Amino acid sequence: MMNPIATDAAVDAAVPPGVLTRLTAADPADDETLEHLHSALARAAQAEGVLDVAYRILDTPVGPLLLAATERGLVRVAYASQNHDLVLQQLAEQLSPRILNAPQRLDAAAREIDEYFAGIRTSFGLALDFRLATGFRREVLARLTEIGYGHTESYAGVAIAAGHPRAFRAVGSACATNPLPLVVPCHRVVRSDGSLGEYAGGTAAKRALLCLEAAA
Amino acid sequence: MRPFEQIVTEHGATVLRVCRAVVGPVDADDAWSETFLAALRAYPSLGAGANIQAWLVTIAHRKAIDIIRARARGAVTVAELPDRASPTGNPGAWNAELWEALARLPDRQRQSLAYHFVVGLPYAQVAEVLGGTTDAARRAAADGIASLRRTYAGALESNGAQP
Repeated sequence: MMNPIATDAAVDAAVPPGVLTRLTAADPADDETLEHLHSALARAAQAEGVLDVAYRILDTPVGPLLLAATERGLVRVAYASQNHDLVLQQLAEQLSPRILNAPQRLDAAAREIDEYFAGIRTSFGLALDFRLATGFRREVLARLTEIGYGHTESYAGVAIAAGHPRAFRAVGSACATNPLPLVVPCHRVVRSDGSLGEYAGGTAAKRALLCLEAAA
Repeated sequence: MRPFEQIVTEHGATVLRVCRAVVGPVDADDAWSETFLAALRAYPSLGAGANIQAWLVTIAHRKAIDIIRARARGAVTVAELPDRASPTGNPGAWNAELWEALARLPDRQRQSLAYHFVVGLPYAQVAEVLGGTTDAARRAAADGIASLRRTYAGALESNGAQP
């Protein structure tokens, strides 16, 4: 029987040399193991219905895009300039913190967006979850989906289409807060004088998208 | 509340090491997966000020107990620990002797060691995870260390390991 050990320090001091470093050191294969475990976790969470939000980062000609989907469909697209960490934090607060980097659920979205940038896709056939937009803003987004590839519309024009001709400022703010830019084409809404107007992803991205569509 | 992805990124490696120390390298992956799936399930109802690390260790502890019990019930008495082994291949094989030495300790001692030394939880929190008093947790760790000195320190020296 040992003497009573009184202090943490006494226990710590008794640890054989090398044990601590070995217990706390990373296994050389840990990164790979963790990557594998992470993927398995995402699959298990999906199968069990506890993966409320899945996301992935997709590299595109306008920079890395964050794509996020609920079980209902694509719920958020965000440009790097919108700060992906911040967007994920907002999704945790607005939807659910059960969020994982789980590319599989975004496979179709990634493929269609790739095709869009390759110039071989002019409309998206993705299931969309509009729950991050409410009221008039949601109404505006519905109108935006009617603006065809390669066409543009003015803020005032969208306001008229939405049945509120004087609400062009509200149309502007609906575009600015569009949770699904690119897929819901707010980049096709420009100023009445023909200038670009603002864009969630920056005017350079807006110009790039409009050029891409004009060239096709 | 932060996205769960961040919790996995931040604590995944530590939980994996704890699982290895408590259930051994062979069952560690299962223990990890069970732990994080259960954590994901419960995450939205976790209190705002909760200590995430201690919470994860508590879940990992329960999952490890399940695994240890299943082993005791099952045909396999103790999962085969990898032999000294190649540097690649078996998970945790590079530390095979340490896992072996840990596996020979009584559960409480191994758990106390893992939660205090691998995770860095103070004994008061180790006691909360294990049940029982802080002194009992400290004693279990001390007894485990004494055991390791007898069984494992020798292996270390013969290995020429650095402290």
